[in-house]
Amino acid sequence: MSTAKTGSGYHHAHHFDSAEHEYVSAKQGVWLFLCTEILMFGGLFVGYAIFHHIYPEIFKVGSKFTDWRLGAANTVVLLTSSFTMALGIYYSQKREQSKAVAMLAITILCGFIFMGIKYIEYSHKIHLGLLPGTWYSADPASLVKYVGDMEIPSNLPMYFSFYYMMTGIHGIHVLVGMGLIAWVMIRAMKGEFGPHYYTPVEGVGLFWHLVDLVWIYLFPLLYLVS
Amino acid sequence: MASASTASAAHTDHNYLNHEKGLWSWLTTLDHKRIGIMYFITVALFFLVGGIFALLIRTELFSSGQTIMTAEDYTRSMTYHGAIMVFFVIIPGIPAFLGNFFLPMQIGAKDVAFPRLNLASWYCLIGGAAVALTSLAFGGADTGWTFYTPYSISMKPAVIWMVMGAFIAGFSSILTGLNFVVTTHKLRAPGMTMNRIPLFVWALYSTAIIQVLATPVLAITLLLLAAENIFGIGFFDPALGGDPVLFQHFFWFYSHPAVYIMILPAFGVISELITAFSRKTIFGYTAIAYSSLAIAAVSFFVWGHHMFVSGQSEWAGVVFSFLTMLVGVPTAIKLFNWMATLYKGSINLSAPMLYALGFMFLFTIGGVTGIFLATIATDVHFHDTYFVVAHFHYVMVGGTLMAIMGGIFYWFPKMFGKLVNDTIARWSFFFIFMGFNVTFFPQFVLGSMGMPRRYFDYLPEYEFLNQISTIGAYMIGIGFVIGTIAVIQGLLNGKPAGPNPWGAKTLEWTTASPPPHENFIQQPIVTAGPYEYR
Repeated sequence: MSTAKTGSGYHHAHHFDSAEHEYVSAKQGVWLFLCTEILMFGGLFVGYAIFHHIYPEIFKVGSKFTDWRLGAANTVVLLTSSFTMALGIYYSQKREQSKAVAMLAITILCGFIFMGIKYIEYSHKIHLGLLPGTWYSADPASLVKYVGDMEIPSNLPMYFSFYYMMTGIHGIHVLVGMGLIAWVMIRAMKGEFGPHYYTPVEGVGLFWHLVDLVWIYLFPLLYLVS
Repeated sequence: MASASTASAAHTDHNYLNHEKGLWSWLTTLDHKRIGIMYFITVALFFLVGGIFALLIRTELFSSGQTIMTAEDYTRSMTYHGAIMVFFVIIPGIPAFLGNFFLPMQIGAKDVAFPRLNLASWYCLIGGAAVALTSLAFGGADTGWTFYTPYSISMKPAVIWMVMGAFIAGFSSILTGLNFVVTTHKLRAPGMTMNRIPLFVWALYSTAIIQVLATPVLAITLLLLAAENIFGIGFFDPALGGDPVLFQHFFWFYSHPAVYIMILPAFGVISELITAFSRKTIFGYTAIAYSSLAIAAVSFFVWGHHMFVSGQSEWAGVVFSFLTMLVGVPTAIKLFNWMATLYKGSINLSAPMLYALGFMFLFTIGGVTGIFLATIATDVHFHDTYFVVAHFHYVMVGGTLMAIMGGIFYWFPKMFGKLVNDTIARWSFFFIFMGFNVTFFPQFVLGSMGMPRRYFDYLPEYEFLNQISTIGAYMIGIGFVIGTIAVIQGLLNGKPAGPNPWGAKTLEWTTASPPPHENFIQQPIVTAGPYEYR
């Protein structure tokens, strides 16, 4: 693709009039993409709402196996990462390169912490045999200490179907987001961003905030629902 | 179109076809025109495969009892015919092929907003098709293209491959739609206000909104279906406490709007053809433009009409019935405006116009029978009969495919700089139009007589009409062979077309044929509406 020079040194693509024109177009594209993400997660949330209406008891019992402290810790981690992401965009705009890179690195680190805590939670459940659907193999005797005298509903596995589908698809988004942040961080290290060009950082930032926002809904729906 | 830079039609030997050379330059191209041509070839090949499955189905149904294949193979043929035609032919057909080529040109842009995503969308389609067809190596899927649960969750690997193929192809549709929305908003030439964009662009824009908003719901549905097959997650499986009707809701929440992804771009093509070949300003530009948006909006609230007998609540049925009939209003607005455009026009009955008139005739039948099916009382009788098959073929084939053919012959001179032999193209219309009615009109009768769809066999009293229908299917096949001959003849021996063989007014006709790499030599400046005939 041929490029055209602008005063700022950034080469905008040939079919745009200016770097500003390319920026607003790219931003609209990112927002449309976020709409598709919301609709995709929307399917899961609608499924959740319907089955929560039909079988409220499986969500009541199922959430006993989640640890709200770990969930809350992850919420704090992601909120912090959203803040550092926003700072990363801010410093990229200001061309304060080392601060921008540091903020993006912290954001990635938060992603690792989030996935680490998720790993602990997953392995605990997998150890108990609390798997989705037909893979569920928990021994009822080993569950007593979590649920006390609550009766274990026969279709409890469906709670774990929701748990793994929702947190799993969200987790994939976290991993993709971390990869994207690593990509803009490397570009930031090369000094590609400044007041006239920071579109990729901002686009990735918007995506990261959405991933964060989805978790804000998942946390109460899966951990605090009882 | 009146434009300050019609001089850009000046002859030049440099064009998008010879801008770069070699297969690799095509596979890595970011030029929307080349990507459009790649979609043309791809969709044509898928159409051939889907069409062969269609002929196999009709041949099997030529006589009652087993004719050429087993019941299992029949069900597979039906599934592949439906899935290929829907996901790989009709959905990408007009937007990704004609739309990719002409949307940027009609608004005076050099390219779509995101050329890399545009190329990625083509690879998503190819990747999706490869994954979907891998299912053949696992014995073939036999669920129908709708993948209804619980049958589709019986742990058949073929179904998983097919579902994941459709999932991947969905990204192709999303990326195309996203590109078109941003392109339409941000890349219009100076003076190209929203009420000066051609109606084809309005139609593609409305389609793009549906592609962006509906396809993700299909994505999650298919993902859950695959998870259901692999992990038995139980959302759709009654044996695990799930709800198969929920699958139908999810599926049709995408797949009904998808019907408008298929037909809205066709409306756009017809608007261009009717005005260009009547040599007359389109009647009711605003009404046609906004009716596209209205159809896109209503399309999200009618999915329940696929489920009148599924056990959804009666109240939901009544509401969906009324909302469905509402679709008839913007659609009729379009048809009446086209007719008003024809009135006192200087009508030129070249092949593209014949296809446009054929569209109006067939689509009207398809649309009106849709009202029969939207009416709950009659739908209970017609549900799952050949009446439904005839209805949606009148819309999808009589509508969308006629528009694709008309669009190909209309824009062929622009795409390749050569003229198609109009006589051969008209013969293709004759066979397709006649063959279409011979094939599908009897199916309305068969459906109202109660012949169920999807079945491999039928009662002997249905045989005569089925034989007529099968003969018609072969006539359609001959029509498409003639159409292919017309295209190949045009490519090899077509006379030079010149920039504007039809005397049309939209911007793409102001530049050379084939267009140069960046579409226009000079930036077009628009000073008037798109159809300044008289």
